[in-house]
Amino acid sequence: MMAYRRRHIEERIFKFLMMVSTGIVAGSLLVIVGTIVVKSLPALRPAMLFQTPKGGYYLGKEGGILNAIVGSLYLATGATLLAVVLGLPIVLYLNLYLKRSSAFAAITRFSLDVLWGVPSIVYGAFGFIVMMALGLRASLLAGILTVGLLELPIMTRAMDEVIRLVPQALKDASYSLGATKLETALKIVVKQTLPGILTAVLIAFGRGIGDAASVLFTAGFTDSVPTSLSQPAATLPLAIFFQLGTPFPEVRQRAYASAAVLTLIILAISLFSRIVFRKLTKHTIK
Amino acid sequence: MIARRWKDAIARRGMLLMTGLPGLLVVLMLLGLLRKSRAILALKSFAGLLLGSGWHPLKGEFGFLPFIMGTLWVTLVAMVLAVPVSLLTAVYLSEYAPKFVREFTKPVVDLLAGIPSVVFGVWGVLMVVPFVGKGLAPLFGVYSSGYSVLAGGIVLAIMIFPTIIHVALEVFSSVSHELRETSLSLGATRWETVKHVVLRKGIQGIIAAVVLGLSRAFGETMAVLMVVGNVVRLPKSVFDPAYPLPALIANNYGEMMSVPLYDSALMFAALLLLVVVLVFNIGARIVLVRIERKVE
Repeated sequence: MMAYRRRHIEERIFKFLMMVSTGIVAGSLLVIVGTIVVKSLPALRPAMLFQTPKGGYYLGKEGGILNAIVGSLYLATGATLLAVVLGLPIVLYLNLYLKRSSAFAAITRFSLDVLWGVPSIVYGAFGFIVMMALGLRASLLAGILTVGLLELPIMTRAMDEVIRLVPQALKDASYSLGATKLETALKIVVKQTLPGILTAVLIAFGRGIGDAASVLFTAGFTDSVPTSLSQPAATLPLAIFFQLGTPFPEVRQRAYASAAVLTLIILAISLFSRIVFRKLTKHTIK
Repeated sequence: MIARRWKDAIARRGMLLMTGLPGLLVVLMLLGLLRKSRAILALKSFAGLLLGSGWHPLKGEFGFLPFIMGTLWVTLVAMVLAVPVSLLTAVYLSEYAPKFVREFTKPVVDLLAGIPSVVFGVWGVLMVVPFVGKGLAPLFGVYSSGYSVLAGGIVLAIMIFPTIIHVALEVFSSVSHELRETSLSLGATRWETVKHVVLRKGIQGIIAAVVLGLSRAFGETMAVLMVVGNVVRLPKSVFDPAYPLPALIANNYGEMMSVPLYDSALMFAALLLLVVVLVFNIGARIVLVRIERKVE
């Protein structure tokens, strides 16, 4: 009887600990987003979003972070395009041209997993080396190259998860009608998995727009909106970092506001990708 | 007809080339960083770099020990905090939670994984640093500015929750239901089933999950940099400031080209990070691939 009670007390204790842990995990997201939004309210004004920094902005004078918002959007868009151009063929090749048991496929998937784990500061350092080797200066282009490589494993593995699930029968049906592998890949497989592919693209875009350590070396920073690929580009994460680094309370408050803008962009992307996924999966062949 | 064949043949070769890219990229990163660190490795001994604690780039003195210890301290604190919480959460979500809790929590974990590290850093400055400096430190009777190993560890712990939870959930779902049902039907409680069946069966995978979390923590830069204090000194307690390796690289990219050997030293730091992360990742992935194969 005692043993029975002890066992059930242990059960209760652990169940309680588990619920507390789950509460901590879910609660931390709420607390982080909540804190940032509340702290940002005093400084969050339209001028912040639609103006570039004026003279003395970092001392607390007029201006906004338009340069960083636009810079980040350019950078993440370019990087995401690069990652799609590199990543989609890789995934199609892995799933249509190579056999399940192929060692080459296994090595490639393994490398992608390993690349996923490489810290973004290392991408930054590597991007810097490549940039020097190519004779580039810190610029939008160098940033796009670096962040594109950073996004590649994230996007490719996410696409792989969905394209892997395309039934062999569907591919066989396409081949038997005389379609080549390329035609099957583009017209059947991509169409069938479009929602999953878009989700993967959006996940990678979100990662790209939020990353700071990789652009620190490669994209540079400027107060104006870049007009060409060879100019340096400001990015939101770095704008937050630099503003927080100043000793002026007004400027630090703008860092909170910028962080809120970045957080809201990320949340919007994430929400959007969920809606896209729900809407589009209605049309896939089951 | 022929045009279609040609298109297919060209596309096949193009795609084959691209598919080689990920493997090549890993090798290129290693070689690139190694090449850049050669300048410093040629002048200093490997052991001297790793174990030296003097850091005076202007005098040509590069000892990485304070940074290595800083990284280890912060990572250790993060792991101590994150591992129990993440594993208990994963067990709850996979074994206990009602459906609606699971459906609510999973997207929350995904969102948490998507929050940029700078935002974690800002939050750390706003909440964790004051909490450590004004709340915890006086409680223990020590002085701390709050910018400390502990603040870095707390922020990092939250950042690696999603990594550990995700992998652990996958591992738990690979344990067969028959095993669980057998245990339950023998009169074991749910927790006993978890303890003796699920955890034991999944132990390798759980270790892999922890290692992946560890390597994420190891290389995390911006969030830690913002709350950890960045003082070049060996930390003696969790309330001391530290200066982890990634922060060293990120803080000094501006000056590194103007001081001789400095750029080489920072690239060596990046190489160290890459090698450690590669070793951890390769080990963990090998274990996970094996588990996946067994399930299939």
